[in-house]
Amino acid sequence: MATYSTNEFKSGLKFLLDGDPYTIIENEFVKPGKGQAFNRVKIRNLKTGRVIDKTWKSGESVEAADVMDVDLQFLYADGEFWHFMDPNSYEQVAADATAIGKNKLWLKDGAICQVTLWNEVPLYITPSNFVELLVTQCDPGVRGDTAQGATKPATTETGATIKVPLFVEEGDTLKIDTRTGDYVSRVK
Amino acid sequence: MDLAILTERAQMLHDIRDFFYARQVLEVETPALSQAGNTDPAIDSFSVDIGNTNTNSLPLLRYLHTSPEYFMKRLLVAGAGDIYQIAKVWRKEEQGVRHNPEFTMLEWYRIGFSYHQLMREVETLLLLLLPCLNESSCFITYQQAFLEKLNIDPHSATHTELRCCMQNQAIDIIGELDRSAILDVLMTHCIEPHFAQDRLTFVYDYPVIQQALASVAHATKTALPVAERFEVYSGCLELANGYQEQVDAVVNRAVLQQDAAMRMRLGKTTIPVDELFLQAMEQGMPAASGVALGLDRVLMQRLHKERLEDVLSFPWTMA
Repeated sequence: MATYSTNEFKSGLKFLLDGDPYTIIENEFVKPGKGQAFNRVKIRNLKTGRVIDKTWKSGESVEAADVMDVDLQFLYADGEFWHFMDPNSYEQVAADATAIGKNKLWLKDGAICQVTLWNEVPLYITPSNFVELLVTQCDPGVRGDTAQGATKPATTETGATIKVPLFVEEGDTLKIDTRTGDYVSRVK
Repeated sequence: MDLAILTERAQMLHDIRDFFYARQVLEVETPALSQAGNTDPAIDSFSVDIGNTNTNSLPLLRYLHTSPEYFMKRLLVAGAGDIYQIAKVWRKEEQGVRHNPEFTMLEWYRIGFSYHQLMREVETLLLLLLPCLNESSCFITYQQAFLEKLNIDPHSATHTELRCCMQNQAIDIIGELDRSAILDVLMTHCIEPHFAQDRLTFVYDYPVIQQALASVAHATKTALPVAERFEVYSGCLELANGYQEQVDAVVNRAVLQQDAAMRMRLGKTTIPVDELFLQAMEQGMPAASGVALGLDRVLMQRLHKERLEDVLSFPWTMA
């Protein structure tokens, strides 16, 4: 099994701790001129997202986690799992609701998104920064309400409710920033 | 690469040489490659294959020094008097925001000085090099620092009490720690971060288990023995480490041999004990105090830089 020594620690390194996969957010080498060296590390549990501080005595090592990011195409959801396919090999994987989380609101059939696999099972997904989604439900803008920056809610084909400008209508396609959930523009 | 940084470094070196010239401290140079190395288990030396030079059966490996201490003490024994050196030193695997495996050290020795006198001289020099500092430096014993911040006596607390203290501070450690390492954790994680940012802090009188080559003040009716050592910080950045030098040849030999044995127990590279240094000590080293100061860190403070590599002509990755 591959291991990493503390002197290989750097942000982004994926490793196992108490059976869970973690990634390093920040690594600081601490050493008194005369005395024990340590690595003070901020790490994120890739299953729960929780961030914790830990200190390693320098020279210790950790087991590498078989975690990798792959670009997969979203095929469909069957109510329990979200199915993805590698467009090159046609191999399929299924992600559960924990791995998908709130990102289900940005998943459109056929879209490519980044899937992080741990031991070949999806751990979490990262949709493209911007997606284009169809508005399926939206009340007409109130006539006369022309105040700058006025918004109304709109529901997309994926079930996301976002704030949109008053001119948006049902059937429009919108560009949305998935990191913030904000409306960006209307797509012609 | 920033020309202003090179200029500032040159100015700092010039200021240091002026300081010691005025005080009649002699600048010396000593070899960087030594047949023996530093046996300190917490410091690792680079070794260099010197090739088969085929002369008087000397070893084929030499060590880049981790500080010029042994050589400078041999000069003290030889009667050099007050001396200083500005030298490159090398420490394996010490790399980080405030560490570079190769760095510049200013080390000096004052004959007949007590370590308290030397602390004052270090203060004078640093206030000269770092004029932005508040001139009221803080002087605190290692014990006071622990009592004030952690309410624990570093000299008398048991291993279990120290461990509890670490847990109470929510420090989550991976790896087996001995007593000295726990003290280092508490110092670096809980005490150093609270030092006043705008001035120097001198911490002195260390636990005997961290004596290294400092002399030990024996126990009195009211106090446990302490190592006559000090560390100097600017804000929470460690800059220097000084000793009332241990002049007893037998103690020096014992410390080096214990360190070498510890290295073996820890499975670290075996480093030959410096016999030439120990033989010199047997001839009698004059009473003196000495200190080693990391100049790159002083320059960081002088230029208000956060990373050590910001003050190097070329960082480790580009060297």
